[in-house]
Amino acid sequence: MTLSPWARWAMRVFMGAGLGFIYAPLMLVLINSFNGDRTFGWPPHDFTLRWWSSAWDNSGARDALWTSVEAGLGATAIALVLGTMVAFAVQRFKFFGRDTLSLLIVLPIALPGIVTGIALDSAWRSVVEPLGVGKGLFSVIVGHATFCVVTVYNNVLARLRRTGTNLEEASADLGAVPGQTFRYVTFPLIRSALLAGGLLAFALSFDEIIVTTFTAGPGITTLPIWIFNNLFRPNQAPVVNVVAAILIVLSVLPVWFAQRLAGPEAGASRT
Amino acid sequence: MTTPAIELTGLRKSFGAVEAVAGIDLEIADGEFFSMLGPSGSGKTTVLRMIAGFELPTAGTVALSGRDVTRLAPFERDVNTVFQDYALFPHMTVLENVEYGLKVRKVGRKDRRARAVDALASVRLEGFESRKPSEMSGGQRQRVALARALVNRPKVLLLDEPLGALDLKLREQMQVELKQIQRDVGITFVFVTHDQDEALTMSDRVAVFDAGRIAQVGTPEQVYEQPATPFVAGFVGTSNLLTGEVAVALVGKRGTYSVRPEKISLSETGIPGIVAEVIYAGPVTRYVVDLDAGARMTVVEQNQRTGTAALAELRGKPVHLTWLEEHVIEIPGAKENTDAP
Repeated sequence: MTLSPWARWAMRVFMGAGLGFIYAPLMLVLINSFNGDRTFGWPPHDFTLRWWSSAWDNSGARDALWTSVEAGLGATAIALVLGTMVAFAVQRFKFFGRDTLSLLIVLPIALPGIVTGIALDSAWRSVVEPLGVGKGLFSVIVGHATFCVVTVYNNVLARLRRTGTNLEEASADLGAVPGQTFRYVTFPLIRSALLAGGLLAFALSFDEIIVTTFTAGPGITTLPIWIFNNLFRPNQAPVVNVVAAILIVLSVLPVWFAQRLAGPEAGASRT
Repeated sequence: MTTPAIELTGLRKSFGAVEAVAGIDLEIADGEFFSMLGPSGSGKTTVLRMIAGFELPTAGTVALSGRDVTRLAPFERDVNTVFQDYALFPHMTVLENVEYGLKVRKVGRKDRRARAVDALASVRLEGFESRKPSEMSGGQRQRVALARALVNRPKVLLLDEPLGALDLKLREQMQVELKQIQRDVGITFVFVTHDQDEALTMSDRVAVFDAGRIAQVGTPEQVYEQPATPFVAGFVGTSNLLTGEVAVALVGKRGTYSVRPEKISLSETGIPGIVAEVIYAGPVTRYVVDLDAGARMTVVEQNQRTGTAALAELRGKPVHLTWLEEHVIEIPGAKENTDAP
């Protein structure tokens, strides 16, 4: 398509404005985490690492970071196992309700978090708690896993579609038992898709707040919840900026890695 | 009698309502170069996949060297396959690909390395050991696939249209090489192809597949010179079929008869007709002649003396065709069709 020079310039301006609208506030958070002025006067006139060190000394923030990492790793682990298994089932076998299953796996990422949250909350209260498992970190992990499975599922499914079953047939033909075929052929072929899916799952879990609010047991504070709780306390504002900056970095990096690992299809799974 | 390398009995395979293989009985001798020839969808690849163990037959049995393997997994059978798309492992080097079968069967590292290097040398790929499959050409990949299968010294090697993706020159070269390798290693080759030239050139025997059944099994010469059905006559080479009234007029009796284009010559006297088309094809020229008796015949003549200019002038002119009586082959499989009014 050819555009007139004027149209091209207009498009560039719109794109710049759009991207600026998304990323300038994020940059502001990053810059303000180094802003020496307690009231964040603009432009920043002195550079300081004071907020970073006081954030590090803030045990609440540190505990929250650790909780978030634990929740993220837990949810990612569940997502990797379940997502991979479902992807294999859907790609390799024909069975009744296969398309429905595929939809049901993908749906949680589209469901409003508040709905998922309320549903999990009431399910936990009425079914799981009477069985003796109270809400805590585990319930957060399960809640996150519901939508983290999608990223692994999508990545592995796309990879399986692309590689087909020829190579596994070749492996069996050459005398490999199923365990060897998985170890030497299947796993190496889906490894980068697993990594990409896992990184995306971790990123999704790490910055989740709504489902977490409903599923966290007493005393369980993830990093986003800690930020939310401290947002309106003026004396915590500089530390909140630092924690937000950490959150940005820890969420963006996995997505960036995942995109590089899995090629174009990985980006599409995080919508 | 020695036990056949492969014995198929009453073999059938259905995919849903589609019957891909509709009852096949076949024996393939030890050390034979055997081709399964047929158009796509005729069931030849499905038969190959049942021999390899990738598909479970709906009915019938597969026996290898007298042992029933119908229900055994691919890794429990002493056969190896060269796949149509080669199916080389993209994350392994060429050497690792070739070693794979020995590695999973727990052959020691030193021994398997030596054997893999030997196998690569036998397909003339020395020095390519550390390349990745993606860094090689189609013909080279094809040879890696061959080495990867042969290194295991299987009793039977299955080849699923292995030359299909190669260009003509390379294909002809590989045909010769494959035949040579087969003679050297002395194992049974089962070669699936839709290319009749390939099947005729390379095989000891050919099975012609038609709609899930074997229409004819025989040496290349038998299949070409004495086709058992009109399908075989038409699929293996070009054939001029004479049926009904035309057969009565030209052969003198009812039935279905075939005359190969190269057995016919243009001459001064003989069966009259009009040249409908002249196709110059380098070493030969193909003439399409409409006989006054009613059949359309293809004639192939060597271009020993003729030039293109003289040929073109023949179009639309009357000619006469002659052929020897012994080159008129009665096709038995077609009787019931032509006898019907």
